[in-house]
Amino acid sequence: MKYVDEFRDGRKAAGLIARIEHLVARIGRAAGRPIAIMEVCGGHTHSIFRYGIEGMLPAGIELIHGPGCPVCVLPMGRIDDCVAIAEQPQVIFTTFGDAMRVPGSRKNLLQARADGADIRMVYSPMDALALARKHPDRDVVFFGLGFETTMPSTAFTILQAESEGVANFSVFCNHITIVPTIKAILDSPDVQLDGFLGPGHVSMVIGTSPYEFIARHYGKPLVVAGFEPLDILQSIWMVLKQISDSRAEVENQYARVVTTGGNSAALRAITRVYEIRPFFEWRGLGSVDHSGIRIRDCYARFDAERRYAVPGVSIADPSACQCGEVLIGAIKPYQCKLFGTACTPERPLGALMVASEGACAAHYQYGGAGKVSAA
Amino acid sequence: MCLGIPGQVISIEDAGRKLATVEVAGVKRQINLACVVDDAHPVERCVGEWVLIHVGFAMARISEQEARTTLQILEELGSAQGELEAMNDPASAREA
Ligand code: SF4
Repeated sequence: MKYVDEFRDGRKAAGLIARIEHLVARIGRAAGRPIAIMEVCGGHTHSIFRYGIEGMLPAGIELIHGPGCPVCVLPMGRIDDCVAIAEQPQVIFTTFGDAMRVPGSRKNLLQARADGADIRMVYSPMDALALARKHPDRDVVFFGLGFETTMPSTAFTILQAESEGVANFSVFCNHITIVPTIKAILDSPDVQLDGFLGPGHVSMVIGTSPYEFIARHYGKPLVVAGFEPLDILQSIWMVLKQISDSRAEVENQYARVVTTGGNSAALRAITRVYEIRPFFEWRGLGSVDHSGIRIRDCYARFDAERRYAVPGVSIADPSACQCGEVLIGAIKPYQCKLFGTACTPERPLGALMVASEGACAAHYQYGGAGKVSAA
Repeated sequence: MCLGIPGQVISIEDAGRKLATVEVAGVKRQINLACVVDDAHPVERCVGEWVLIHVGFAMARISEQEARTTLQILEELGSAQGELEAMNDPASAREA
């Protein structure tokens, strides 16, 4: 428990760990295998590695780092589309900084910029809209990505562009939605999961009710968790408590930010601007039904996908990459043959190395504490 | 991008468009309040309140204590600095 001192309340952390140990011993004896809990959100993955939470947990429990880093799961074909749009001479292509180094099949956005494309990093889609107002003679495209946490921001920005009549602004929509993806993971034959830590900030937007099917149809507990190490420990304990009581429910540990119904203004804007795509491709996971959204026909003029007729080619990940297996928890990051050799945060081959929310980058940066030191 | 950052609303810039100025660890920045206001809680009421900000939009009203704890976690995670630089001047922010 070498990191417990770093916690705001070390005694509370130690108490939670003792309670977790107690439950793991009790449940583990019955199950005869480690209890597997998936944290769906990349923010949790980052926090778990940063605070060495895995190393504090008893051997009978395993954390599986899920697909919840939207930058990490962007497929190469979508990056190629970005480059194709950005290379058009009249375009100013705007993006969050996080996306600059995600590998494409030819180049990433950083290389495309070095080759002369006008690519600018912005903090907010509103900044992209401001650029469009400032450069009426250019076409400003914003690379919209992220889960429900960032969806409202692009939806509101499109509504704002419409109300002002800004004609030279569009969004390349790559937003994805987490719930169908959890379902796909639960339906995949290789996974053995006993419960979930639900994402905090996605849930702030969508609320806790969309997860009910996980408890009801799949019989798995889900606890929506905050990002503090104490939040994570407490949420793990809450999942274990449900397993130990033979309950499967959706519980909310992060009630100081998350409500059952979510943020109604945000949800209204999302529904007004976006509709569900029949399927969307994820790096590592392949095509997942209903997991992406696109801009509705009534806002077609703000849709970069239609404006630029993007190539839209699906490009397989390099065959040696094992991102998919890491994403569903079938292997640990360090068990990928490329980990730390061909694939590093400086030169990522797979997307899980790109952002610090990705399981491989987090593992590379902080190492595996305690029982994962087999690397 | 996903974790957001807490800030305090210090003034309203444009009530119609729901734009306000927030202060985040000393950095001032314009953000959009559309997701945290309604008839019962109009824009003006937000002044002095703390909000959790994602890519320029306030996504939840939070307590001051929650704001301070969150900021500390973000600093410990090494995420606060990049977020603040991006808010200030995205072109200079770290590209990762
Ligand atoms: S080490 Fe690289 S290629 Fe292997 S799973 Fe991780 S990100 Fe993918």
